[in-house]
Amino acid sequence: MTTAGYINLIIAKYNYWIYIVLMCIGLWAMIAKRNLIKKIIGMNILQTAIILFYVSIATKKGATLPILGHHDAGHFVDYATVINPLPHVLMLTAIVVSVATLGVALALAMKIYNRYDTLEEDEIHARVRES
Amino acid sequence: MKRLGLLAVILFGALLVYGTTDFPDWGDPSSPAATHLSPYYIQHSLHDTAVPNIVTAVLADYRGYDTMFETAVIFTAGLACLFLLRVFITPKETEASGLYRHRATGITLRIGQGGRLPLGTREFERIDSQWVPYDLIIRTACSLVLPFIQLFALYVVAHGHHSPGGGFQGGVIFGAALILFAISHNLRTTLKAMPEKRTNILTGTGVLIYVGTGVLCLLLGGQFLDYAALAGLLGVDPVMARSHGILIVEIGVAIAVMAVMVSLYYNLASAGHMDEGL
Repeated sequence: MTTAGYINLIIAKYNYWIYIVLMCIGLWAMIAKRNLIKKIIGMNILQTAIILFYVSIATKKGATLPILGHHDAGHFVDYATVINPLPHVLMLTAIVVSVATLGVALALAMKIYNRYDTLEEDEIHARVRES
Repeated sequence: MKRLGLLAVILFGALLVYGTTDFPDWGDPSSPAATHLSPYYIQHSLHDTAVPNIVTAVLADYRGYDTMFETAVIFTAGLACLFLLRVFITPKETEASGLYRHRATGITLRIGQGGRLPLGTREFERIDSQWVPYDLIIRTACSLVLPFIQLFALYVVAHGHHSPGGGFQGGVIFGAALILFAISHNLRTTLKAMPEKRTNILTGTGVLIYVGTGVLCLLLGGQFLDYAALAGLLGVDPVMARSHGILIVEIGVAIAVMAVMVSLYYNLASAGHMDEGL
């Protein structure tokens, strides 16, 4: 591949790579961090990366918002001039799910803290083994 | 374990980056995501539902089931949080105990178990044990801003047909306004304005409005969540009935989301005790 080919590849795909990096940061936080709150934050970063990825799929070059004017009624709307509304709908609901999971996760973390006086995973495991 | 995790994550990321080489270019109007289903929505939603905002039309009409169960998901999350955290043991003696501040001098009294101040004293105010700072500027500024935030939330819900917005966004803004009130004042003041019982009832009411609209369509001879069946009831033609049906459903979503946000905040901030918190 020529240099121009590589530059075109980067320009066409770099936003996906940014989301992949974000997703990996979130996943790594969920796997490697010992603190439950950090794990929850990692989960949120992962969800945000996926939301950004979907929203980025929806874009079309030179297209406008998926809100039509009333003068568009009865006309034929060229779908290349309006961005794809479907990923936006899906992500609207995904944001709500992320809030719901965050709320329940924080409630569980709070319960665990009340019971074991710590949010560090290894200390919790040690206390579970003791009892 | 950490090394292994890092290795797995890097491998995962490398595979995903390799996968993007087959992806359509960013902003390509002929990408698979933009060519199969979405052209139908873009070309027909205004004709089908008379809603200019395609996202709202798809959310509440074409994908009405999805949104209905989404509302059920947040309802369940609010319920789960309530069951996990809420503590119902509140002995009556502790009602008067706590920290009280003399308004004029700022001196703080601690009233122990069994002790009580004379009822109806205006010189003392109850304060939280951990969050004591009293800031007149923050309190006044938040009180000034709050009505406008709430008005904007109602606008976002009501104008979701014509501009970015809808039930989820408006509900979250309204919930955020109440949470701002709780942060700038304190939890007890907020609980007086918006009791816990009311948030719990509103959570159910929001879902009930959504599901009830669906069942009403069923009773009027349409299919579940087919708002065109409401045409006779609302006195408009079937296309406008879809538009109005979407608004009714969005109001239900907004009520449910607002109530769940506030309920989550109450439970998390006070660890389920509903007496004091952040």
